[in-house]
Amino acid sequence: MAKILIPTPLRQYAGGADSVDISASTAGEMLTKLTDAYPDLKKQIFNDEGKLRSFVNVYVNDDDIRYLDRNDTVVKDGDTVSIVPSIAGGI
Amino acid sequence: MAAAPQVPASSLPELTNEEILRYSRHLILPEVGMEGQRRLKNAKVLMIGTGGLGAPLGLYLAAAGVGRIGLVDFDVVDVTNLQRQVIHGTKDVGRLKIDSAADSMQDINPALQIDKYNVPLTSANALELFKDYDVIVDGTDNFPTRYLVNDACVLLDKPNAYGSIFRFEGQATVFHHEDGPCYRCLYPEPPPPGLVPSCAEGGVLGILPAVIGSIQATETVKLILGKGTTLSGRLMLYDALNMKFRELKLRRNPECPVCGDNPTVKELIDYQEFCGIPQQAAAEAEEQGRMSEITPLELKVRMDRGDDIFILDVREPHEYDIAKIQGSALIPLGQVAQRVDELDSTADIIVHCKMGGRSAKAQGILKEMGFSRVTNLTGGILRWSDDVDPSIPKY
Repeated sequence: MAKILIPTPLRQYAGGADSVDISASTAGEMLTKLTDAYPDLKKQIFNDEGKLRSFVNVYVNDDDIRYLDRNDTVVKDGDTVSIVPSIAGGI
Repeated sequence: MAAAPQVPASSLPELTNEEILRYSRHLILPEVGMEGQRRLKNAKVLMIGTGGLGAPLGLYLAAAGVGRIGLVDFDVVDVTNLQRQVIHGTKDVGRLKIDSAADSMQDINPALQIDKYNVPLTSANALELFKDYDVIVDGTDNFPTRYLVNDACVLLDKPNAYGSIFRFEGQATVFHHEDGPCYRCLYPEPPPPGLVPSCAEGGVLGILPAVIGSIQATETVKLILGKGTTLSGRLMLYDALNMKFRELKLRRNPECPVCGDNPTVKELIDYQEFCGIPQQAAAEAEEQGRMSEITPLELKVRMDRGDDIFILDVREPHEYDIAKIQGSALIPLGQVAQRVDELDSTADIIVHCKMGGRSAKAQGILKEMGFSRVTNLTGGILRWSDDVDPSIPKY
């Protein structure tokens, strides 16, 4: 089992959950299982071609999967996967 | 690249005896000392925004002895700002934020030179505004300005002390310092307009910007001193609700269009266009043309004459607790599609929210599901309070 952390702006699409434990071997599989469980999250995270949106980053532990093996990045038991969308608020 | 220019110590301004006393707690830190304090006195920092993040930034940078601070903002202090923008007071409501902020900063430090720019930051003025400053601090509240600040910093080779906030969460880092990444390396493109709610729609814990703005101020001071390890290459995430700090690695993207090995963006662009704002406005206007609307006064007339109408409130339950229109039913926007069978598709439905944006989305959802008589209340419950029932609190 690995933990996937859901950020504040996306929690409303995940039944309010701030994290979900998922059994998966890659980051891509984690995201697929997550969005299968919460279909409303799908269009927030993926574009129409099923690719990760460019204002949403995914990290396995503290590393960006764009600089690892993207969706094929290995996830081990006890790892933490984070979804980090851009936010712009400041005032 | 983009280090604060290291002026030789011999050409830094001297401290007066008054300043030596004022900054004594800095001077006895070996990492600051006389040379560091003189570097602060010599430094020029430009703050973009004097709101939530700008409040702690302005106060602490003024107190720390930064010699010259530029303030860019064209907003006016509003009473809803006071829950978090502690640089402004109740007496300042209605004043320009730069005037109010400058007064607070000048009170803390009369020696500080403040440059006030009562203008929106645009592609036409950004390079000119930025060029005289050593460090740029991004405390704005929207995506177009954030990309504009980033690109201008990269083009002029200046570090950007970055922070952003949402509800209980904050992000902070330093962009484009030495060989570090820029904002576009982190997020190549902005979200489409409307997908990420603003603080006005989503809310923000009043103390949150104090934490993130103070991190930005700390990084700014370190950049000036040239001491310590900055957040360059690291994204600090702060979750106030669970009181957790986390750190993620950031890398410069060699293919970044602005700071990569073969940059394609070599001058400032149209950031409204880049962020899809005009396209969104056109789509909304077209949508509104197809969707029917009613003003609060017109709705009141219909209610008073006893028309059979169903008022659907699509805000969140905690907003419904603050203020509601008598007789309305609540289904939050996120649940409208699932709970559609609670509604009568032949009824005359008026949808409303706080300001009219979410209810327009709900109207679109219901129309797609075959509801033919759905009307949006323009201006939402805020305008209802203004035009019909002032006893309803505004928030």
